[in-house]
Amino acid sequence: MGEPVRRVEDRRLLTGNGRYLDDLGADAVEVAVLRSPHAHAKILDIDVTGALEVEGLLAIYTYDDLTGPLADPLPLLIPHPALTHGRTQYPLARDEVNYVGEAVAFVVAENRYLAEDAAERIVVSYEVLPPVVGITAARAAEQLVHPDVPGNVAAHLVQEVGDAAAAIAAAPHRLELDLTVERSASTPLEGRGVLARWDADAQRLRIWTSTQTSTGVRAAVAVKLGLDLGSVEVITPDVGGGFGVKIVHPWPEEVLVPMAARALGRPVKWTEDRREHFISSAHERGQQQHVEVGFDDDGRLLGLSVRFWHDHGAYIPYGLIVPIITSTQLLGPYKPGAYRVEFESLYTNTVIVTPYRGAGRPQGVYAMERTMDAIAGYLGLDRAEVRERNFIQPEEMPYDHGLIFQDGRPLVYDSGDFPASLAKLKKLVGWDDWPAYQAAARAEGRRVGIGLACYVEGTGVGPYEGGHVQVETTGKVKVATGLTSQGQGHQTAFAQIVADELGVPMSDIEVVTGDTRRFPYAVGTFASRAAVMSGSAIALAARAARAKILKVAADALEAEPGDLEIVEGRVRVKGSPGAEISLGTVAVLSNPLRYAFDEASKAATQFVVGHPDQPPVGEDDEPGIEGRDYYSPVGSTFANGMHAVIVETDPDTAEIKILRYCVVHDCGTLINPMIVEGQVHGGVAQGVGGALYERMAYDESGQLQNASFMDFLMPYVSEVPASIEIDHLETPSPLNPLGIKGAGEAGVIPSAAVFAAAISDAEGFAITSMPISPSELFELRAAHAVPGQQEGDRS
Amino acid sequence: MKPPAFDYSRPESLDEALDLLAGFGPDAKVLAGGQSLLPLLSMRLAAPSRLVDVNRLAELAYVRSGPDAVRVGALARHAAVLHDAGARDRQPLLAEALAAVAHPTIRNRGTSVGSLVHADPAAELPAVLCLLGGSVTLASTAGRRTVPAGEFFLGPLESAVRPGELAVEASFPALGARSGTAFLEVSRRHGDYAVCGVAVLVELDSDLRIATARAGYLSVAPTPLVLDLTGAAGGRAYDADYAGPESAVAALVRDAVDPEPDIHASAAYRRQLAGVLTARALGIAARRAAGAAAEVAA
Amino acid sequence: MSEAIQPGAVQSEARHRVALTVNGIEHRVAVPARRLLSDCLRHDLGLTGTHVGCEHGVCGACTVLVGGVPMRSCLLLAVSMDGEQITTVEGLAGTGDTAGELSPVQQAFAECHGLQCGFCTPGFLTTITAGLADNPDPTPEQARELIGGNLCRCTGYQNIVAAVLRAAELTRERGAS
Repeated sequence: MGEPVRRVEDRRLLTGNGRYLDDLGADAVEVAVLRSPHAHAKILDIDVTGALEVEGLLAIYTYDDLTGPLADPLPLLIPHPALTHGRTQYPLARDEVNYVGEAVAFVVAENRYLAEDAAERIVVSYEVLPPVVGITAARAAEQLVHPDVPGNVAAHLVQEVGDAAAAIAAAPHRLELDLTVERSASTPLEGRGVLARWDADAQRLRIWTSTQTSTGVRAAVAVKLGLDLGSVEVITPDVGGGFGVKIVHPWPEEVLVPMAARALGRPVKWTEDRREHFISSAHERGQQQHVEVGFDDDGRLLGLSVRFWHDHGAYIPYGLIVPIITSTQLLGPYKPGAYRVEFESLYTNTVIVTPYRGAGRPQGVYAMERTMDAIAGYLGLDRAEVRERNFIQPEEMPYDHGLIFQDGRPLVYDSGDFPASLAKLKKLVGWDDWPAYQAAARAEGRRVGIGLACYVEGTGVGPYEGGHVQVETTGKVKVATGLTSQGQGHQTAFAQIVADELGVPMSDIEVVTGDTRRFPYAVGTFASRAAVMSGSAIALAARAARAKILKVAADALEAEPGDLEIVEGRVRVKGSPGAEISLGTVAVLSNPLRYAFDEASKAATQFVVGHPDQPPVGEDDEPGIEGRDYYSPVGSTFANGMHAVIVETDPDTAEIKILRYCVVHDCGTLINPMIVEGQVHGGVAQGVGGALYERMAYDESGQLQNASFMDFLMPYVSEVPASIEIDHLETPSPLNPLGIKGAGEAGVIPSAAVFAAAISDAEGFAITSMPISPSELFELRAAHAVPGQQEGDRS
Repeated sequence: MKPPAFDYSRPESLDEALDLLAGFGPDAKVLAGGQSLLPLLSMRLAAPSRLVDVNRLAELAYVRSGPDAVRVGALARHAAVLHDAGARDRQPLLAEALAAVAHPTIRNRGTSVGSLVHADPAAELPAVLCLLGGSVTLASTAGRRTVPAGEFFLGPLESAVRPGELAVEASFPALGARSGTAFLEVSRRHGDYAVCGVAVLVELDSDLRIATARAGYLSVAPTPLVLDLTGAAGGRAYDADYAGPESAVAALVRDAVDPEPDIHASAAYRRQLAGVLTARALGIAARRAAGAAAEVAA
Repeated sequence: MSEAIQPGAVQSEARHRVALTVNGIEHRVAVPARRLLSDCLRHDLGLTGTHVGCEHGVCGACTVLVGGVPMRSCLLLAVSMDGEQITTVEGLAGTGDTAGELSPVQQAFAECHGLQCGFCTPGFLTTITAGLADNPDPTPEQARELIGGNLCRCTGYQNIVAAVLRAAELTRERGAS
């Protein structure tokens, strides 16, 4: 632990031996899904006759073919009392479609080319209805997405601590801000995919899916297909990135593919293409926000009242997690005085909104950090100074905000040293030298600006994860946990933990994730929780295995367990060379045998081992060397970070260039610093994309105009900073055995805030809507240059 | 996203190709580089009944630079033209513009003539061809005809190539004496289609003052637009500050272009870029022209 | 040499016999004209190392070498590639005496943590392998230009650029020894 160990996954992936979903199922038949071309329409008729001529067609399914639980809407995964008008889609559209991309027909053919040929020939008659697109239209509610959802409001939730309105009214100073964030999306390089095999002999279903939750898919599919949970296996293959979008389950295809596999008696595979990913997976980030804040002469918050409107798309399968995270994580490292947050989660006729790396935090941080800058500008104070004055201090930890977090538990920060983080960041970026630098640049006619943003991230949310560690008679250690991997290096990081706990070389350890056959109790990979949850559980499981090892070895070596150590896979008496026993032998001895199956196992047979006055397997004991344990914390553990960016804008072309990007990051104890840094790099790149390049461009008819990589502008190397300067702080978590906090989302959380701040600083007017393109900056400049137009604060 | 079915021919000679094209008429599409055609097929935005694959016509894979022009055969890949020393010498604008075409991997397969035939108003080469007053030679079983650049681009994604014809060569006039070129574009990401791009050609007189200046534009009109800048720039010294805040050149350009907005940029922003980039490019081209004049003089 | 007819074949679409030499081994397949090279490699030849991220030529995950030159396999028809020499990620590691040895580019990626999920990686590996053959000693700027047309969502590119420079170093070291 703590070492930048090279990844065990790499050799396989570097030599083209990865096994991603579409690499599997060479004998499978394939699927094309016919999707709605309209954002809002009634389905009048589906005529498949034209498709039936396509040679190689095997089946076409529409809603009418769905029976039993499949004919019900897909599950609403996370209910909440405030979610009074939750609606989810049917696996195939029933009478109506509510977004461009909604699945209407499911076509199975010998291969994808033919399936698309058939899908193309299906004629669907629609009665087009007026769509609701964008938050403004949703709020105005001149049209409704669902006729029985008034005002397009799925949920309305208020959380409050103290009397914010009174505090603001009584405050010496007040400000109001209106802010907007536009939609972006996870867009992993590998899209979704599902492969299913129905074993008619064993009456078992085996599913592979590119998911972030094998157990979630398993449970949902079992219910939908009317199967016992024990008859369904879900295996997560190599996954080419998730970033949140693959936590949603079951996708329509995740139930339809197994259904077809069982009905047709052939393995069935669906791999989505890039356009499908844009129009039928999930997006995130779109909100409109209104902030009212009351503060004193020193910039201390006295009251904060935030109202926001969250666009969750046509359906709401993932519940209110994203806006709840916005509501709570908006507070960041600060004490808000009295706080009130209110949101409406709104339907629109667009793709559903579910968590994307950051999951609502970026929006919350954006609101708070723009507010901090506005206060600083209003009072003429240094922006870092204002933040420092509002920090929760380290000695105030644990700090209870009096709110309920996304895990249904109280929002209590367990640890963190925000003043120390900020001090590191200021030093790293040279905050105190900035005014002189900016003045000099301005004298040359250059426009440069610096932005700063702080965040707190609740990681390692529950309910639990588990770990299983088994030592085999070969001496190899097999480790399993139920959550999944999408590139975070879990196989390496978890092996590092076990290597330390057991004293075994990394090369003897193999880690499997996301396979319900190997570990069936799990939640999933999201909320930067894997290291905390599975890391802790695996550590605990390894310790249990270690105890067993020492007990068996002590018996064999005729010593006390306390006198033993394990080094390089061999158990020996401390300080006494010579007497030692390999882990493999320990494993052999731990399982009293009647039958020897090879030379080594003879050592454990009944005429060789055992004490005549004791049972071969003790009362509280089990055969073999296994440890199984779970980690289930009382609450999340809170990581934090602070970013600073220096930008330069071109006075003529309004192009925005990043000069420096600095990160200070506290995720507690680091398992593998190289992997953590890689996560930060990736998050920062996504943040740059989300701040300056990416948006979902819907037109008024609900068509997504940029549903391809040509026009949805994910950054190439040329768009990200040439170097990302990172400094670390480690305030270990008191909540888990290793002191770990999550790191997966750190890079992306403050990006909208930090870029808005830097560009505002460069331009001299407030940026309130993100993302921002050069064209938009140009238009803003023009608007601010017109006499009589409002001149915002430099914030 | 898989293409719909189509019939496929792969002629081994130009004559065979022309015979095939004559026979199949408008339902056939030519496959050369395919970097623009394949995405259209995969997205099922185009469904030709037949593809005529001309990639075996090695006789068309040439870049020939002469005193008058750089002639590019139909199968010359962008990369080949970009790296051709003779072409760079005769007409440096070609290499400058080609460096902005997509990414190297696309340039390894895409053809320069193919890009002209595709006639995307956001593409670099059509603007260059129009600025330089080049031409495209079309062959068919009926013979050959050469279409000047000004008549070649009929509309967005529409060129003068008729059914049965194959574009076999493009001719880019060589750089004259005391002349210089420059190419600038602004795109959202490196390698993307330009939000606005401009190619500039400047010729100086014997006093190193601008005699003529023209600019060719991408992404501001449905077809490549060429503007004569001589009115605003003529007679001025090669090292004047063309890009300053009171730039007459920029103002001339802003008044002359009428771009469309799209999801990446507003019309006003495109107009702004057209002015700014032209002024900057003009300065660069004029300085290069002076450098070229100095070389000749020395 | 290997022969392959697509299993579960549908016969009405015309098939074209194509000979492809992939990673030094000649394969003969009969494919419809519209079969993309990416699909042919992955599904007709079982070489699933080349990945498909977008099928419109933008992401670069599908990049292979055709005659040593990087091209997007999703923008090529298998039939058009008849007779060509193709190198995929599976062909980069050592063969014969050095079987299994990672190439300098692969080795550099492992050392520099240049991959996370690994999905975009094959496209980078082929592109960089060809790029270093052309320019064995790139500057950091040139290294960035070399990978400028490949998308990665996981790494933020920092370590990939480092891997390009490290690969150049390793190539020199191996050449020297």
